[in-house]
Amino acid sequence: MIENVLPAIYLLASVGFILAVKWMNNPATARRGVIIGEIGMLLAVIGTLLRPEVVEYRWILVGLAIGSAIGAPLAYLMPMTAVPQLTALSHAFGALASALIGTAEYYKGEIPLGFPMGALVLESLLGFLTTTASIIAFAKLQELMPTRPMTYKGQNVVSLSMLTAAIVIGGWMVAAPAPTWAFPAFIALSMGFGIMLVIPIGGADMPTVIALLNSYAGVAAAAMGFVLNNRLLIIAGALNGSAGLILSIIMCKAMNRSFTNVLFGAFGQLAAAATGTVAQRPVRSATPDEAASILDSARSVIVIPGYGMAVAQAQHKIRELYDALTKRGIEVKFAIHPVAGRMPGHMNVLLAEADIPYDKLLEMDEINGDFPNTDVALVIGANDVVNPLARTDKTSPIYGTPILDADRARTVMVIKRSMSPGFAGIDNELYYMNNTLMLFGDAKNFVAGIVKELAGSH
Amino acid sequence: MQSYEFGLYVFMLAAFLGFELVKRVSPLLHTPLMSLSNAISAIAVVGAILISGEKDASTLQRVLGFVAVVCATLNVVAGYLITDRMLKMFRKREPEKTK
Repeated sequence: MIENVLPAIYLLASVGFILAVKWMNNPATARRGVIIGEIGMLLAVIGTLLRPEVVEYRWILVGLAIGSAIGAPLAYLMPMTAVPQLTALSHAFGALASALIGTAEYYKGEIPLGFPMGALVLESLLGFLTTTASIIAFAKLQELMPTRPMTYKGQNVVSLSMLTAAIVIGGWMVAAPAPTWAFPAFIALSMGFGIMLVIPIGGADMPTVIALLNSYAGVAAAAMGFVLNNRLLIIAGALNGSAGLILSIIMCKAMNRSFTNVLFGAFGQLAAAATGTVAQRPVRSATPDEAASILDSARSVIVIPGYGMAVAQAQHKIRELYDALTKRGIEVKFAIHPVAGRMPGHMNVLLAEADIPYDKLLEMDEINGDFPNTDVALVIGANDVVNPLARTDKTSPIYGTPILDADRARTVMVIKRSMSPGFAGIDNELYYMNNTLMLFGDAKNFVAGIVKELAGSH
Repeated sequence: MQSYEFGLYVFMLAAFLGFELVKRVSPLLHTPLMSLSNAISAIAVVGAILISGEKDASTLQRVLGFVAVVCATLNVVAGYLITDRMLKMFRKREPEKTK
Protein backbone atom coordinates (compact mmCIF):
# COMPACT_ATOMS: atom_id res chain seq x y z
CA MET A 1 0.00 0.00 0.00
CA ILE A 2 2.64 2.49 1.10
CA GLU A 3 4.65 1.77 -2.06
CA ASN A 4 1.86 3.38 -4.05
CA VAL A 5 1.43 6.37 -1.77
CA LEU A 6 5.10 7.08 -1.16
CA PRO A 7 5.87 8.61 -4.57
CA ALA A 8 2.94 10.98 -4.04
CA ILE A 9 4.20 11.93 -0.58
CA TYR A 10 7.70 12.64 -1.92
CA LEU A 11 6.25 14.58 -4.82
CA LEU A 12 4.21 16.75 -2.44
CA ALA A 13 7.29 17.29 -0.30
CA SER A 14 9.20 18.48 -3.40
CA VAL A 15 6.39 20.89 -4.23
CA GLY A 16 6.58 22.15 -0.65
CA PHE A 17 10.29 22.94 -0.96
CA ILE A 18 9.87 24.66 -4.32
CA LEU A 19 7.03 26.83 -2.98
CA ALA A 20 9.06 27.57 0.15
CA VAL A 21 11.86 29.05 -1.94
CA LYS A 22 9.42 30.80 -4.26
CA TRP A 23 7.53 32.50 -1.44
CA MET A 24 10.75 33.81 0.04
CA ASN A 25 10.79 36.49 -2.66
CA ASN A 26 8.49 38.74 -0.67
CA PRO A 27 8.39 39.47 3.06
CA ALA A 28 4.58 39.25 2.91
CA THR A 29 4.60 35.61 1.80
CA ALA A 30 7.89 34.48 3.32
CA ARG A 31 6.45 33.09 6.54
CA ARG A 32 3.96 31.07 4.54
CA GLY A 33 7.01 29.75 2.69
CA VAL A 34 8.57 28.54 5.91
CA ILE A 35 5.38 26.73 6.88
CA ILE A 36 5.06 24.97 3.54
CA GLY A 37 8.74 24.06 3.76
CA GLU A 38 8.16 22.57 7.21
CA ILE A 39 5.19 20.60 5.91
CA GLY A 40 7.36 19.35 3.05
CA MET A 41 10.02 18.18 5.48
CA LEU A 42 7.44 16.55 7.73
CA LEU A 43 5.95 14.68 4.77
CA ALA A 44 9.43 13.55 3.71
CA VAL A 45 10.22 12.23 7.20
CA ILE A 46 6.88 10.50 7.72
CA GLY A 47 6.93 9.04 4.23
CA THR A 48 10.40 7.66 4.82
CA LEU A 49 9.49 6.22 8.22
CA LEU A 50 6.59 4.37 6.59
CA ARG A 51 8.80 2.71 3.99
CA PRO A 52 8.78 -1.08 4.31
CA GLU A 53 12.57 -1.32 4.40
CA VAL A 54 12.64 0.84 7.54
CA VAL A 55 12.00 -1.63 10.35
CA GLU A 56 14.17 -0.49 13.24
CA TYR A 57 12.47 2.58 14.73
CA ARG A 58 13.83 2.89 18.22
CA TRP A 59 17.08 4.70 17.50
CA ILE A 60 15.58 6.79 14.73
CA LEU A 61 12.97 8.18 17.10
CA VAL A 62 15.59 8.78 19.79
CA GLY A 63 17.73 10.56 17.19
CA LEU A 64 14.85 12.72 16.01
CA ALA A 65 14.07 13.63 19.62
CA ILE A 66 17.67 14.50 20.50
CA GLY A 67 18.14 16.55 17.33
CA SER A 68 14.98 18.54 18.04
CA ALA A 69 15.87 18.95 21.70
CA ILE A 70 19.21 20.54 20.75
CA GLY A 71 18.07 22.40 17.64
CA ALA A 72 15.06 24.21 19.08
CA PRO A 73 16.77 25.95 22.01
CA LEU A 74 19.71 26.75 19.74
CA ALA A 75 17.40 28.58 17.34
CA TYR A 76 15.52 30.42 20.08
CA LEU A 77 18.30 31.30 22.47
CA MET A 78 20.93 32.59 20.04
CA PRO A 79 20.86 36.38 19.79
CA MET A 80 20.08 37.81 16.36
CA THR A 81 23.62 39.08 15.93
CA ALA A 82 24.74 35.45 16.15
CA VAL A 83 22.72 34.35 13.12
CA PRO A 84 25.81 33.99 10.90
CA GLN A 85 27.55 31.62 13.29
CA LEU A 86 24.34 29.70 13.94
CA THR A 87 23.92 29.22 10.21
CA ALA A 88 27.52 28.05 9.91
CA LEU A 89 27.00 25.58 12.76
CA SER A 90 23.77 24.35 11.23
CA HIS A 91 25.61 23.81 7.92
CA ALA A 92 28.22 21.77 9.74
CA PHE A 93 25.60 19.42 11.18
CA GLY A 94 23.73 19.01 7.90
CA ALA A 95 26.92 18.32 6.00
CA LEU A 96 28.13 15.88 8.65
CA ALA A 97 24.86 13.96 8.27
CA SER A 98 25.46 13.65 4.51
CA ALA A 99 29.06 12.63 5.06
CA LEU A 100 28.20 9.96 7.63
CA ILE A 101 25.47 8.49 5.42
CA GLY A 102 27.99 8.34 2.59
CA THR A 103 30.42 6.54 4.91
CA ALA A 104 27.77 4.07 6.05
CA GLU A 105 26.76 3.36 2.45
CA TYR A 106 30.39 2.83 1.50
CA TYR A 107 31.01 0.28 4.25
CA LYS A 108 27.78 -1.50 3.45
CA GLY A 109 29.65 -2.38 0.30
CA GLU A 110 26.65 -2.58 -2.00
CA ILE A 111 27.31 0.51 -4.08
CA PRO A 112 28.34 -0.47 -7.62
CA LEU A 113 31.45 1.05 -9.13
CA GLY A 114 31.07 3.79 -11.70
CA PHE A 115 28.32 6.38 -11.50
CA PRO A 116 26.78 5.40 -8.12
CA MET A 117 30.19 5.26 -6.48
CA GLY A 118 31.06 8.59 -8.11
CA ALA A 119 27.99 10.14 -6.51
CA LEU A 120 28.95 8.62 -3.16
CA VAL A 121 32.49 10.01 -3.46
CA LEU A 122 31.13 13.46 -4.29
CA GLU A 123 28.65 13.29 -1.41
CA SER A 124 31.32 12.29 1.08
CA LEU A 125 33.90 14.77 -0.22
CA LEU A 126 31.53 17.72 -0.04
CA GLY A 127 30.00 16.47 3.20
CA PHE A 128 33.27 16.16 5.08
CA LEU A 129 34.87 19.30 3.70
CA THR A 130 31.76 21.37 4.39
CA THR A 131 31.66 20.01 7.94
CA THR A 132 35.16 21.13 8.85
CA ALA A 133 34.96 24.32 6.80
CA SER A 134 31.72 25.29 8.54
CA ILE A 135 33.18 24.56 11.96
CA ILE A 136 36.14 26.84 11.20
CA ALA A 137 33.74 29.50 9.87
CA PHE A 138 31.72 29.15 13.07
CA ALA A 139 34.85 29.48 15.22
CA LYS A 140 35.88 32.60 13.33
CA LEU A 141 32.44 34.20 13.51
CA GLN A 142 32.15 33.37 17.19
CA GLU A 143 35.66 34.78 17.58
CA LEU A 144 36.98 31.58 19.08
CA MET A 145 39.62 31.96 16.39
CA PRO A 146 41.25 35.12 15.03
CA THR A 147 38.94 36.63 12.42
CA ARG A 148 41.78 38.02 10.35
CA PRO A 149 42.94 35.90 7.42
CA MET A 150 45.62 33.43 8.46
CA THR A 151 48.02 32.91 5.62
CA TYR A 152 51.37 31.24 5.20
CA LYS A 153 53.71 30.60 2.33
CA GLY A 154 52.63 27.94 -0.12
CA GLN A 155 49.16 27.82 1.34
CA ASN A 156 47.41 27.34 -1.97
CA VAL A 157 49.83 24.58 -2.94
CA VAL A 158 49.10 22.70 0.29
CA SER A 159 45.33 23.14 0.01
CA LEU A 160 45.15 22.22 -3.63
CA SER A 161 47.37 19.16 -3.23
CA MET A 162 45.11 17.94 -0.44
CA LEU A 163 42.09 18.37 -2.68
CA THR A 164 43.87 16.71 -5.59
CA ALA A 165 44.92 13.76 -3.42
CA ALA A 166 41.34 13.38 -2.19
CA ILE A 167 40.03 13.45 -5.76
CA VAL A 168 42.65 10.91 -6.92
CA ILE A 169 41.71 8.48 -4.15
CA GLY A 170 38.05 9.17 -4.90
CA GLY A 171 38.65 8.39 -8.56
CA TRP A 172 40.34 5.16 -7.59
CA MET A 173 37.33 4.14 -5.51
CA VAL A 174 35.07 4.86 -8.46
CA ALA A 175 37.14 2.89 -10.95
CA ALA A 176 38.18 -0.20 -8.97
CA PRO A 177 37.76 -1.80 -5.54
CA ALA A 178 40.08 0.31 -3.40
CA PRO A 179 42.19 -0.98 -0.49
CA THR A 180 40.90 -0.57 3.05
CA TRP A 181 43.03 2.48 3.83
CA ALA A 182 41.61 4.42 0.90
CA PHE A 183 38.34 5.60 2.42
CA PRO A 184 39.77 6.75 5.78
CA ALA A 185 42.52 8.61 3.92
CA PHE A 186 39.89 10.14 1.67
CA ILE A 187 37.94 11.32 4.73
CA ALA A 188 41.03 12.80 6.34
CA LEU A 189 42.02 14.66 3.17
CA SER A 190 38.50 16.01 2.64
CA MET A 191 38.30 17.25 6.20
CA GLY A 192 41.78 18.73 5.99
CA PHE A 193 40.93 20.55 2.79
CA GLY A 194 37.81 21.97 4.45
CA ILE A 195 39.95 23.46 7.20
CA MET A 196 42.50 24.83 4.72
CA LEU A 197 39.69 26.38 2.69
CA VAL A 198 38.47 28.67 5.46
CA ILE A 199 41.63 29.33 7.49
CA PRO A 200 42.85 32.07 5.11
CA ILE A 201 39.47 33.80 4.99
CA GLY A 202 38.96 37.07 6.80
CA GLY A 203 35.78 38.18 8.50
CA ALA A 204 34.60 40.48 5.73
CA ASP A 205 34.69 37.65 3.18
CA MET A 206 32.46 35.45 5.31
CA PRO A 207 29.24 36.22 3.40
CA THR A 208 30.67 34.60 0.27
CA VAL A 209 32.01 31.62 2.17
CA ILE A 210 28.80 30.92 4.05
CA ALA A 211 26.85 31.09 0.80
CA LEU A 212 29.32 28.76 -0.87
CA LEU A 213 29.21 26.25 1.99
CA ASN A 214 25.43 26.37 1.76
CA SER A 215 25.74 25.43 -1.89
CA TYR A 216 28.15 22.56 -1.11
CA ALA A 217 25.76 21.15 1.48
CA GLY A 218 23.01 21.20 -1.13
CA VAL A 219 25.09 19.45 -3.77
CA ALA A 220 26.09 16.83 -1.18
CA ALA A 221 22.41 16.15 -0.50
CA ALA A 222 21.70 15.90 -4.23
CA ALA A 223 24.62 13.48 -4.67
CA MET A 224 23.11 11.38 -1.89
CA GLY A 225 19.91 11.40 -3.92
CA PHE A 226 21.83 9.73 -6.76
CA VAL A 227 23.35 7.15 -4.41
CA LEU A 228 19.97 6.26 -2.89
CA ASN A 229 18.12 6.80 -6.16
CA ASN A 230 15.81 9.26 -4.45
CA ARG A 231 14.46 12.16 -6.51
CA LEU A 232 13.23 14.15 -3.53
CA LEU A 233 16.82 14.42 -2.32
CA ILE A 234 17.96 15.41 -5.81
CA ILE A 235 15.37 18.19 -6.07
CA ALA A 236 15.91 19.57 -2.56
CA GLY A 237 19.69 19.39 -2.95
CA ALA A 238 19.63 21.07 -6.36
CA LEU A 239 17.40 23.89 -5.09
CA ASN A 240 19.70 24.47 -2.18
CA GLY A 241 22.85 24.11 -4.26
CA SER A 242 21.71 26.74 -6.75
CA ALA A 243 20.48 29.04 -3.96
CA GLY A 244 23.89 28.98 -2.30
CA LEU A 245 25.69 29.36 -5.60
CA ILE A 246 23.66 32.35 -6.77
CA LEU A 247 24.09 34.08 -3.40
CA SER A 248 27.83 33.59 -3.48
CA ILE A 249 27.92 34.98 -7.03
CA ILE A 250 25.99 38.04 -5.83
CA MET A 251 28.47 38.44 -2.95
CA CYS A 252 31.41 38.08 -5.34
CA LYS A 253 30.05 40.76 -7.64
CA ALA A 254 29.52 43.05 -4.68
CA MET A 255 33.17 42.64 -3.78
CA ASN A 256 34.44 42.71 -7.34
CA ARG A 257 35.98 39.25 -7.09
CA SER A 258 35.99 36.70 -9.83
CA PHE A 259 34.10 33.50 -9.34
CA THR A 260 37.15 31.27 -9.91
CA ASN A 261 38.73 33.16 -7.06
CA VAL A 262 35.94 31.84 -4.86
CA LEU A 263 35.93 28.28 -6.20
CA PHE A 264 39.57 27.88 -5.35
CA GLY A 265 39.05 29.40 -1.98
CA ALA A 266 41.70 32.01 -2.55
CA PHE A 267 40.04 34.63 -0.41
CA GLY A 268 41.87 36.99 1.79
CA GLN A 269 44.69 37.48 -0.69
CA LEU A 270 43.64 41.06 -1.03
CA ALA A 271 44.02 41.78 2.63
CA ALA A 272 47.37 40.05 2.79
CA ALA A 273 48.66 41.99 -0.20
CA ALA A 274 47.46 45.41 0.84
CA THR A 275 50.07 47.50 2.53
CA GLY A 276 49.04 49.35 5.62
CA THR A 277 50.75 52.63 4.83
CA VAL A 278 48.27 55.12 6.17
CA ALA A 279 49.41 58.71 6.13
CA GLN A 280 48.37 60.96 8.96
CA ARG A 281 46.02 63.50 7.48
CA PRO A 282 43.78 65.96 9.25
CA VAL A 283 40.10 65.12 9.64
CA ARG A 284 37.22 67.11 11.06
CA SER A 285 35.47 65.58 14.03
CA ALA A 286 32.30 66.43 15.88
CA THR A 287 30.59 65.73 19.19
CA PRO A 288 27.16 64.12 19.68
CA ASP A 289 25.43 67.47 20.19
CA GLU A 290 26.98 68.92 17.02
CA ALA A 291 25.91 65.81 15.14
CA ALA A 292 22.43 66.08 16.64
CA SER A 293 21.99 69.68 15.52
CA ILE A 294 23.11 68.83 11.98
CA LEU A 295 20.64 65.95 11.87
CA ASP A 296 17.94 68.16 13.35
CA SER A 297 18.26 70.67 10.52
CA ALA A 298 18.40 68.02 7.80
CA ARG A 299 15.41 67.06 5.70
CA SER A 300 16.65 63.72 4.47
CA VAL A 301 19.04 61.27 6.08
CA ILE A 302 20.46 58.02 4.77
CA VAL A 303 21.96 55.66 7.34
CA ILE A 304 24.65 53.26 6.11
CA PRO A 305 25.14 50.42 8.57
CA GLY A 306 28.07 48.02 8.51
CA TYR A 307 29.49 45.20 10.56
CA GLY A 308 30.57 47.73 13.20
CA MET A 309 26.89 48.28 13.97
CA ALA A 310 26.45 44.57 14.67
CA VAL A 311 29.56 44.46 16.85
CA ALA A 312 28.41 47.43 18.90
CA GLN A 313 24.81 46.08 19.00
CA ALA A 314 23.77 49.57 18.00
CA GLN A 315 20.62 48.65 16.04
CA HIS A 316 18.18 49.40 18.86
CA LYS A 317 19.70 52.82 19.48
CA ILE A 318 19.56 53.45 15.74
CA ARG A 319 15.89 52.65 15.89
CA GLU A 320 15.48 55.33 18.58
CA LEU A 321 17.33 57.76 16.36
CA TYR A 322 15.07 56.76 13.48
CA ASP A 323 12.01 57.44 15.63
CA ALA A 324 13.30 60.79 16.85
CA LEU A 325 14.13 61.98 13.33
CA THR A 326 10.94 60.63 11.74
CA LYS A 327 8.88 62.39 14.39
CA ARG A 328 10.46 65.66 13.25
CA GLY A 329 9.35 64.98 9.70
CA ILE A 330 12.85 64.07 8.53
CA GLU A 331 12.96 61.34 5.93
CA VAL A 332 15.21 58.50 7.09
CA LYS A 333 16.28 55.64 4.85
CA PHE A 334 18.83 52.88 5.19
CA ALA A 335 21.32 51.95 2.48
CA ILE A 336 22.33 48.31 2.62
CA HIS A 337 25.42 47.14 0.78
CA PRO A 338 25.17 43.50 -0.36
CA VAL A 339 28.21 42.42 1.64
CA ALA A 340 27.68 44.54 4.74
CA GLY A 341 28.01 42.25 7.75
CA ARG A 342 29.03 38.63 8.01
CA MET A 343 26.41 36.94 5.88
CA PRO A 344 24.19 37.94 2.97
CA GLY A 345 21.41 40.22 4.20
CA HIS A 346 22.84 40.40 7.72
CA MET A 347 22.10 44.13 8.21
CA ASN A 348 18.46 43.75 7.18
CA VAL A 349 17.86 41.14 9.85
CA LEU A 350 19.43 43.26 12.58
CA LEU A 351 17.48 46.38 11.60
CA ALA A 352 14.28 44.38 11.31
CA GLU A 353 14.98 43.01 14.78
CA ALA A 354 15.08 46.60 16.01
CA ASP A 355 11.62 47.09 14.47
CA ILE A 356 12.66 49.33 11.62
CA PRO A 357 10.09 48.87 8.83
CA TYR A 358 11.62 46.92 5.99
CA ASP A 359 10.42 49.28 3.27
CA LYS A 360 13.00 51.75 4.61
CA LEU A 361 15.84 49.31 3.95
CA LEU A 362 17.05 49.88 0.41
CA GLU A 363 19.64 48.01 -1.59
CA MET A 364 22.58 49.66 -3.29
CA ASP A 365 21.15 50.09 -6.79
CA GLU A 366 17.89 51.49 -5.47
CA ILE A 367 19.41 54.14 -3.26
CA ASN A 368 22.63 55.27 -4.92
CA GLY A 369 20.77 57.80 -7.05
CA ASP A 370 19.34 59.44 -3.93
CA PHE A 371 22.62 60.45 -2.31
CA PRO A 372 23.14 63.74 -4.22
CA ASN A 373 19.75 64.92 -2.94
CA THR A 374 20.37 63.82 0.61
CA ASP A 375 21.36 66.17 3.39
CA VAL A 376 23.16 63.73 5.65
CA ALA A 377 24.71 60.33 5.03
CA LEU A 378 25.34 58.73 8.41
CA VAL A 379 27.85 55.89 8.18
CA ILE A 380 27.72 53.55 11.17
CA GLY A 381 30.39 50.89 11.32
CA ALA A 382 30.85 50.59 7.55
CA ASN A 383 34.15 51.35 5.86
CA ASP A 384 35.31 49.76 2.61
CA VAL A 385 31.79 49.78 1.12
CA VAL A 386 31.75 53.59 1.16
CA ASN A 387 35.34 54.19 0.03
CA PRO A 388 35.28 56.50 -3.02
CA LEU A 389 38.74 55.23 -4.02
CA ALA A 390 36.91 52.21 -5.43
CA ARG A 391 35.59 54.52 -8.15
CA THR A 392 38.66 56.62 -8.82
CA ASP A 393 41.96 54.98 -7.88
CA LYS A 394 42.93 52.35 -10.44
CA THR A 395 45.86 51.21 -8.30
CA SER A 396 43.71 50.54 -5.27
CA PRO A 397 43.02 46.89 -4.47
CA ILE A 398 39.35 47.71 -4.11
CA TYR A 399 39.15 49.53 -7.45
CA GLY A 400 35.95 48.60 -9.29
CA THR A 401 34.10 47.37 -6.22
CA PRO A 402 30.55 48.72 -6.28
CA ILE A 403 30.13 51.14 -3.38
CA LEU A 404 27.43 53.21 -1.77
CA ASP A 405 27.85 56.81 -2.91
CA ALA A 406 27.88 58.28 0.60
CA ASP A 407 30.42 60.91 -0.50
CA ARG A 408 27.81 62.49 -2.79
CA ALA A 409 25.56 63.48 0.11
CA ARG A 410 25.75 67.11 1.26
CA THR A 411 27.14 66.17 4.64
CA VAL A 412 28.73 62.88 5.59
CA MET A 413 29.03 61.75 9.19
CA VAL A 414 31.00 58.66 10.05
CA ILE A 415 30.75 56.97 13.43
CA LYS A 416 33.97 55.07 13.96
CA ARG A 417 36.10 53.96 16.85
CA SER A 418 39.38 55.27 15.47
CA MET A 419 41.09 56.08 12.20
CA SER A 420 42.29 52.49 11.70
CA PRO A 421 41.73 51.22 8.16
CA GLY A 422 39.05 48.68 7.39
CA PHE A 423 39.28 45.06 6.37
CA ALA A 424 40.95 45.75 3.03
CA GLY A 425 43.71 47.59 4.89
CA ILE A 426 43.45 50.73 2.82
CA ASP A 427 42.78 54.30 3.76
CA ASN A 428 39.30 55.67 3.17
CA GLU A 429 39.26 58.86 1.13
CA LEU A 430 35.77 59.61 2.45
CA TYR A 431 37.11 60.54 5.88
CA TYR A 432 39.23 63.40 4.56
CA MET A 433 36.62 65.14 2.46
CA ASN A 434 35.58 68.68 3.32
CA ASN A 435 31.97 67.73 3.91
CA THR A 436 32.83 64.80 6.18
CA LEU A 437 32.61 64.85 9.95
CA MET A 438 34.16 62.03 11.94
CA LEU A 439 32.24 61.01 15.03
CA PHE A 440 34.73 59.08 17.12
CA GLY A 441 33.36 56.59 19.60
CA ASP A 442 31.43 53.40 20.13
CA ALA A 443 28.53 53.26 17.68
CA LYS A 444 25.93 52.43 20.33
CA ASN A 445 27.03 55.10 22.80
CA PHE A 446 27.44 57.74 20.13
CA VAL A 447 23.99 57.16 18.67
CA ALA A 448 22.58 57.16 22.20
CA GLY A 449 24.30 60.53 22.73
CA ILE A 450 22.72 61.96 19.58
CA VAL A 451 19.28 60.65 20.59
CA LYS A 452 19.63 62.27 24.01
CA GLU A 453 20.57 65.60 22.47
CA LEU A 454 17.64 65.43 20.08
CA ALA A 455 15.26 64.67 22.95
CA GLY A 456 16.69 67.52 25.02
CA SER A 457 16.42 70.12 22.28
CA HIS A 458 12.69 69.69 22.00
CA MET B 1 21.47 3.17 -15.88
CA GLN B 2 18.24 4.69 -17.05
CA SER B 3 17.36 5.97 -13.59
CA TYR B 4 20.66 7.87 -13.21
CA GLU B 5 20.07 9.58 -16.48
CA PHE B 6 16.58 10.50 -15.36
CA GLY B 7 18.00 11.72 -12.05
CA LEU B 8 20.44 13.98 -13.86
CA TYR B 9 17.59 15.56 -15.80
CA VAL B 10 15.70 16.11 -12.56
CA PHE B 11 18.81 17.65 -11.02
CA MET B 12 19.36 19.97 -13.96
CA LEU B 13 15.77 21.17 -14.04
CA ALA B 14 15.62 21.68 -10.28
CA ALA B 15 18.89 23.60 -10.35
CA PHE B 16 17.62 25.95 -13.06
CA LEU B 17 14.35 26.37 -11.19
CA GLY B 18 16.35 27.20 -8.08
CA PHE B 19 18.34 29.84 -9.97
CA GLU B 20 15.20 31.47 -11.32
CA LEU B 21 13.45 31.46 -7.95
CA VAL B 22 16.40 32.67 -5.90
CA LYS B 23 17.22 35.44 -8.36
CA ARG B 24 13.84 36.97 -7.52
CA VAL B 25 14.43 36.99 -3.79
CA SER B 26 15.03 40.51 -2.55
CA PRO B 27 18.39 41.13 -0.87
CA LEU B 28 16.29 42.14 2.12
CA LEU B 29 15.61 38.46 2.76
CA HIS B 30 18.97 36.96 1.87
CA THR B 31 19.71 35.84 5.42
CA PRO B 32 16.35 34.09 5.96
CA LEU B 33 16.66 32.61 2.47
CA MET B 34 20.01 31.17 3.41
CA SER B 35 18.77 29.64 6.63
CA LEU B 36 15.69 28.29 4.85
CA SER B 37 17.76 26.62 2.17
CA ASN B 38 20.04 25.39 4.93
CA ALA B 39 17.02 23.74 6.52
CA ILE B 40 16.01 22.23 3.18
CA SER B 41 19.48 20.76 2.68
CA ALA B 42 18.80 18.81 5.87
CA ILE B 43 16.65 16.60 3.65
CA ALA B 44 19.63 14.33 4.28
CA VAL B 45 17.46 13.20 7.20
CA VAL B 46 15.70 10.93 4.69
CA GLY B 47 18.96 9.15 3.91
CA ALA B 48 19.79 9.00 7.60
CA ILE B 49 16.49 7.28 8.42
CA LEU B 50 16.92 4.81 5.58
CA ILE B 51 20.43 3.90 6.67
CA SER B 52 19.69 3.48 10.34
CA GLY B 53 16.32 1.78 9.94
CA GLU B 54 17.45 -1.10 7.75
CA LYS B 55 16.73 -4.63 8.82
CA ASP B 56 20.16 -6.24 8.89
CA ALA B 57 22.32 -3.22 9.46
CA SER B 58 25.77 -3.60 10.95
CA THR B 59 26.63 -1.88 14.22
CA LEU B 60 28.76 0.64 12.32
CA GLN B 61 25.85 1.43 10.05
CA ARG B 62 23.48 1.82 13.01
CA VAL B 63 25.86 4.12 14.85
CA LEU B 64 26.63 6.28 11.81
CA GLY B 65 22.95 6.37 10.92
CA PHE B 66 21.96 7.37 14.43
CA VAL B 67 24.48 10.23 14.55
CA ALA B 68 23.34 11.30 11.09
CA VAL B 69 19.69 11.35 12.22
CA VAL B 70 20.62 13.54 15.20
CA CYS B 71 22.70 15.94 13.07
CA ALA B 72 20.17 16.22 10.26
CA THR B 73 17.26 16.72 12.65
CA LEU B 74 19.19 19.42 14.48
CA ASN B 75 19.79 21.09 11.13
CA VAL B 76 16.10 20.86 10.16
CA VAL B 77 14.78 22.16 13.45
CA ALA B 78 17.33 24.93 13.97
CA GLY B 79 17.10 25.98 10.30
CA TYR B 80 13.32 26.34 10.18
CA LEU B 81 12.91 27.89 13.61
CA ILE B 82 15.59 30.53 13.10
CA THR B 83 14.14 31.38 9.68
CA ASP B 84 10.72 31.87 11.17
CA ARG B 85 12.13 33.85 14.07
CA MET B 86 13.83 36.21 11.64
CA LEU B 87 10.85 36.58 9.34
CA LYS B 88 8.60 37.46 12.25
CA MET B 89 10.68 40.61 12.67
CA PHE B 90 10.17 41.93 9.16
CA ARG B 91 7.29 44.37 9.37
CA LYS B 92 6.20 46.97 6.94
CA ARG B 93 4.42 49.41 9.18
CA GLU B 94 5.30 49.99 12.76
CA PRO B 95 3.19 47.94 15.12
CA GLU B 96 0.64 49.95 17.07
CA LYS B 97 2.06 50.65 20.47
CA THR B 98 0.23 52.00 23.45
CA LYS B 99 1.82 55.28 24.30
